Amino acid sequence: MAKYKNHILVCGGTGCRASQGEEIVQNLGKVIEENSLENEVQVVRTGCFGFCEKGPVVKMVPDNTFYVQVTPEDATEIVSEHLVKGRKVERLLYTDPETQERVSESKDMGFYKKQIRIALRNCGFINPENIDEYIARDGYAALGKVLTELTPEEAIKVIIDSGLRGRGGGGFPTGLKWDITRKVEAEQKYVVCNADEGDPGAFMDRSILEGDPHAVLEAMAINGYCTGASKGLIYIRAEYPLAISRLKIAINQAREYGLLGEDIFGTGFSFDVELRYGAGAFVCGEETSLIHSMEGLRGEPTVKPPFPSESGYKGMPTNVNNVETYANIPVIILEGAEWFSSIGTEKSKGTKVFALAGKVNNVGLIEVPMGTSLREVIFDIGGGIKDGKKFKAVQTGGPSGGCLTEKHLDIPIDYDNLLACGSMMGSGGMIVMDEDDCMVSVAKFYLDFTVEESCGKCAPCRIGNKRLYEMLDKLTEGKGTEEDLTLLRNLSNVIKDTSLCGLGQTSPNPVLSTMENFADEYEAHVRHGKCPAGQCKSLMQYVIEAEKCIGCTLCSRVCPVDAITGDKKEPHLISQETCIKCGACYEKCKFGAISIQ
Amino acid sequence: MSKVKSLADLRKLRDELQTKVSLREKSDHPDKLVQVKVSMATCGIASGAKEVMNHMIEEMDRQAIDAIVTQTGCMGYCYAEPTIEVTLPNSAPVVFGHVDNKKANEIIEKYIIRGELVDGIIPVNYETVKENKNE
Repeated sequence: MAKYKNHILVCGGTGCRASQGEEIVQNLGKVIEENSLENEVQVVRTGCFGFCEKGPVVKMVPDNTFYVQVTPEDATEIVSEHLVKGRKVERLLYTDPETQERVSESKDMGFYKKQIRIALRNCGFINPENIDEYIARDGYAALGKVLTELTPEEAIKVIIDSGLRGRGGGGFPTGLKWDITRKVEAEQKYVVCNADEGDPGAFMDRSILEGDPHAVLEAMAINGYCTGASKGLIYIRAEYPLAISRLKIAINQAREYGLLGEDIFGTGFSFDVELRYGAGAFVCGEETSLIHSMEGLRGEPTVKPPFPSESGYKGMPTNVNNVETYANIPVIILEGAEWFSSIGTEKSKGTKVFALAGKVNNVGLIEVPMGTSLREVIFDIGGGIKDGKKFKAVQTGGPSGGCLTEKHLDIPIDYDNLLACGSMMGSGGMIVMDEDDCMVSVAKFYLDFTVEESCGKCAPCRIGNKRLYEMLDKLTEGKGTEEDLTLLRNLSNVIKDTSLCGLGQTSPNPVLSTMENFADEYEAHVRHGKCPAGQCKSLMQYVIEAEKCIGCTLCSRVCPVDAITGDKKEPHLISQETCIKCGACYEKCKFGAISIQ
Repeated sequence: MSKVKSLADLRKLRDELQTKVSLREKSDHPDKLVQVKVSMATCGIASGAKEVMNHMIEEMDRQAIDAIVTQTGCMGYCYAEPTIEVTLPNSAPVVFGHVDNKKANEIIEKYIIRGELVDGIIPVNYETVKENKNE
């Protein structure tokens, strides 16, 4: 059995490949053969290491030496020094920017620590349908500890001291919420898990429920003990069938083991969890709407106060927390408040899970400490922008959030910083946009979503958002005026100030933040009737440049509406009346003769 | 399985399970048992993880490879679904991305049987809280 003694891993991520990663692989192969090492050393291409800033990166296995910014010419030295003589190539090692020391093992390098998994600790590690695997990873030990060693007040103090804030987006201190619910006296209290994840592009909660359902159940039981509730309800959207099925399995297993039900751990504490299904209305992520929906009423918000902590489900004190918030709880109980609060920034502790999506190479689910910069998330972990295009904006916080730009890239991500920039943490969707995205269209997209999802109870949200959408539509059609820009801003502020619930109070954010950060783009639409990104179809046209066109007829053949005419070997012409701006000709032309104007 | 009646029960159960998990690695054939985890969240399944999982079970069964194939949740590498993690005896786990049936065959043939690495490894670039604690 031929087994290689050494492996050289070369990053094959898009970023590293663009900077000659492939040549490195080939050169290494050549040099290895020259040294007759081909039976001992194997060169392997890998996925992205998440360290694109210092790419291309090469890792030597088994000794785990990590070389950065490697060029194809370095192949000879890596083979002759590292493999043949067993000496590390010092000059290619990573230099720690703080200590100025050379670091050889990836484990000691900063980038390796960019992601810390707390909420996602078991996702992708255990079998979610097997409670034994969860217990083997210290599952339900936190519940045991709380029930047998701590009073509810002491347990809540741990959560307060940890600095954990609601991960659903609002960022309210979790421990404080629990304490409020605890202090209200009532015959029956409820613990609710908000799994009504609705932001476009966000899937953190689904992944946690699908990958580690017991963590949420355990945390809800802990919450029940702390607040004095014996019943837990998970409000989950029916569009998440797999999460529902895994939750059901988990609930049954926990009941079978006696970890849910009567007299848990022989302490006399009883707690059980049931599921409630949502029909996928965005507004039901708002806690008062969610509670009404669970009661069988219309999913409409009511004015707060009274807060659910005082009067919630069936008029009883109800503690509502988000899935990710719960997923953090067992670890905080086991590891302690001090440990948790050592991670993150001054006012935002711990980590945050983000669903990284859009025009980024490594679309994925990531968990980073609070305070990580957008640049690290997008360019290191995310591997940069697709197809080598230019970064334009990143949308955080979904329809309630805003678009951040180049100038915000180095700001540490936490609740307060994002708010100060005109966006918000939200539940953790992060959509990356490149130079081809039109910011007016992006704002319109989110408004379209809000108009669709507004419950219609209050006028500012129901009517105001519709009017906002119409104005944005007018802009993208090239019919906007200067006055519309003023109106947009004024109406946005009115909607924010007068809407009943969080949905309306935040829905103009995408408009306001894009107007603030991309004022020039709005002006281009209004004053010059142009869409700089070339996205607004009414404001652009495809034109054939006669000098470049050789008359190959390819464009006229791919045109689905026969808008292109011209004789063979003669310059062609696009009829603007017939053209539907599908771009097929633009993509097919081999001579770059078709341009967007 | 009897009910967990006290915290002591839970601790005992955990310890038993932990040995079971390590037992599973050692099993009856300590130097042969292979562990494969398939990332099976909605997104993984949508990209074909179920087919790959079934294919690997059948294929390794056919070749009489002593292996345990289990499902797990999202590993976070959405850009490279379906993803699987293979742990050979006495080795660190290795994650492979973009695994279709063809890639699965390659992984079985080269990595699982011969111990050679295969293109398409995804380097793990995070630490989890438990590892953190053990450091």
